[in-house]
Amino acid sequence: MEKLSFTMKPSTAAAGTRARAIVGVVASGNLEVLLERGLPANICVIDIATAAHGFAAVWEAVIDDFVTRRPAGGLHISINDGGARPDMVSLRLAQGVRLIEEL
Amino acid sequence: MTSATSWYEANARQRVEALLDPRSFAEFIGPEQREISPHLAIFDLPEQFDDGIIVGRGTLKGRRILVAAQEGRFMGGAIGEVHGAKLTGLLRAARSLGEPVLILFDTGGVRLQEANVGELAIAEIMRALVEMRMAGVQVVGLIGGRAGCYGGGGLIAGCCSALIVSEQGRISVSGPEVIETNKGVEEFDSRDRALVWRTMGGKHRYLIGGADAFADDDVLAFREAALMALAGNGRLDAGVLEAEQQRLERRLHRFGKAHDAVDIWTDLGVREPAEIAGLATDEFLRRVTDKRETANGAR
Amino acid sequence: MALDNILASLFPGGHEVTVTDNLIAGIGIIDAIKVHVIGIAGENPLGCNGALILAGHALEITREGSTAPILVLIDSSSQRMSRRDELLGLSECLAHLAKTLLLADARGHRTIGLLYGGSAAGAFIATALATGTLVALPGAHPAVMDLPSMARVTKLPIEVLKAKAEKTPVFAPGLENLAQTGAIHSVWNPDQSLAEQFLALLAEQTGRDARDRLGESRGGRPKAASIAVRVEKEASHA
Repeated sequence: MEKLSFTMKPSTAAAGTRARAIVGVVASGNLEVLLERGLPANICVIDIATAAHGFAAVWEAVIDDFVTRRPAGGLHISINDGGARPDMVSLRLAQGVRLIEEL
Repeated sequence: MTSATSWYEANARQRVEALLDPRSFAEFIGPEQREISPHLAIFDLPEQFDDGIIVGRGTLKGRRILVAAQEGRFMGGAIGEVHGAKLTGLLRAARSLGEPVLILFDTGGVRLQEANVGELAIAEIMRALVEMRMAGVQVVGLIGGRAGCYGGGGLIAGCCSALIVSEQGRISVSGPEVIETNKGVEEFDSRDRALVWRTMGGKHRYLIGGADAFADDDVLAFREAALMALAGNGRLDAGVLEAEQQRLERRLHRFGKAHDAVDIWTDLGVREPAEIAGLATDEFLRRVTDKRETANGAR
Repeated sequence: MALDNILASLFPGGHEVTVTDNLIAGIGIIDAIKVHVIGIAGENPLGCNGALILAGHALEITREGSTAPILVLIDSSSQRMSRRDELLGLSECLAHLAKTLLLADARGHRTIGLLYGGSAAGAFIATALATGTLVALPGAHPAVMDLPSMARVTKLPIEVLKAKAEKTPVFAPGLENLAQTGAIHSVWNPDQSLAEQFLALLAEQTGRDARDRLGESRGGRPKAASIAVRVEKEASHA
């Protein structure tokens, strides 16, 4: 497995008070995303475990995009990847943030 | 929840969420605990934070119940060390606390990469299940997911006090491919989906007394069926097993020469048995309710 | 060790154990202790019919009301792989057999499994693993799946699988692995009296299912026992 980690500086923090949320399943073409609140509001750390080696640049691009579009501040995000395509990763990240912001 | 949610399409978390009273579910050893399998890294396989099973407590129409839900999409719902131990612990707790359990099955059986510990886990689960039933506590199985209920999962299901299946559900020990690989395509053509469903699928199991309730592929339907099943009795004792012995012996005696499920359904007196596979739930139930074999608690 | 020799060593005073259609049944006596014997011989598969016959024996023994121990002798293959058996509800029949053994044990009949040949998958779970204490004789070869089949299914070369099997007892077939994970209590010595080894087992206290703790202490199953305990604890705190 390849382990990647990104520390980002989002401009907006995730709203709401839920401590954690989880979306997705570790299956072919899918991934699970665990979101945990507790980092400083301007920090987002994303840890990834993936069986597909050598795609760090692709992950970086997806994450850059995510952090720009969604309020990811304060979140520690952990991903177990089953070989998902970038658009699925973006979808799950967005779903995850929406879920953790839910009242 | 007002719109129809397919049980088959939902993942384990979605099923638990939709099955139980809103916001009533509290998970034990949740994914944030990261209790993953210690045995998958050696195969360079991805892990899932809950190791493919969710266990916890919720309420069903206000009644406290313990719940286990297998994720059929993670490694085919196959049972490994941690997955198995979560269920074993839940069943042991159920016995001490006297709380009934719902098991949302979705499993291909033992996880090959953890074969020895997976098999042993299944045996421990069966023992814990039987012990709680001997104490009079119910365990209801819900079967309707993508992976079905195969292998050791089928044996665990056979220890439950009641089973609810949908058309999509399958219960079997050997899978179709395994039978074909070992015994040849004449014995079982694993690509013949209609054959798979006639032999192992929810409708056949319901007709032959291998399941107690037949639900639409809908979370609310499963919820209603679960509520009804929980109104029954879960106790296991010598009397129940004697009755099951008779029930199963009678079944073998009566249908032992059948070649195909349709032979059995014909013998049961089901009208137009060839149509069974294509019938919608309401019409299916109308046609079979007074013809099917029932376990009548002898399970 | 051949079945005849096993029975002779277990019951030096004689026994009334017979084999019919590869199903074992009967009674032996050790030191005035009556021992019920059931099982499967000839490395046969276990199907619906066989499972119900064995279950019937277990129920009969339970009905009898004494506390005579039950010895389950196992030399089977896997569950019977056939359309007919699945059609007729093999999962129910195998589960039923396991339930009858578990009930007998709960009702005071110590159930002891003796694996002396093969056993696999559904047959293994419904017989050997459904006993209160499982022992084996050297040469017994239980298996979930043989390595070549496993190599095919996992799409790994067999040399790779073998190498991984050196590092962990959790997937490859073999008595030593099953002992390390807690499934097998011990391997008997075929050169010593089996009757004595049986009596020594009978003298041991049994209670809750301790196989997970055994696997933990032997190093073969690092997490199962503690995970189960944690779930129990969390369930009782809410």
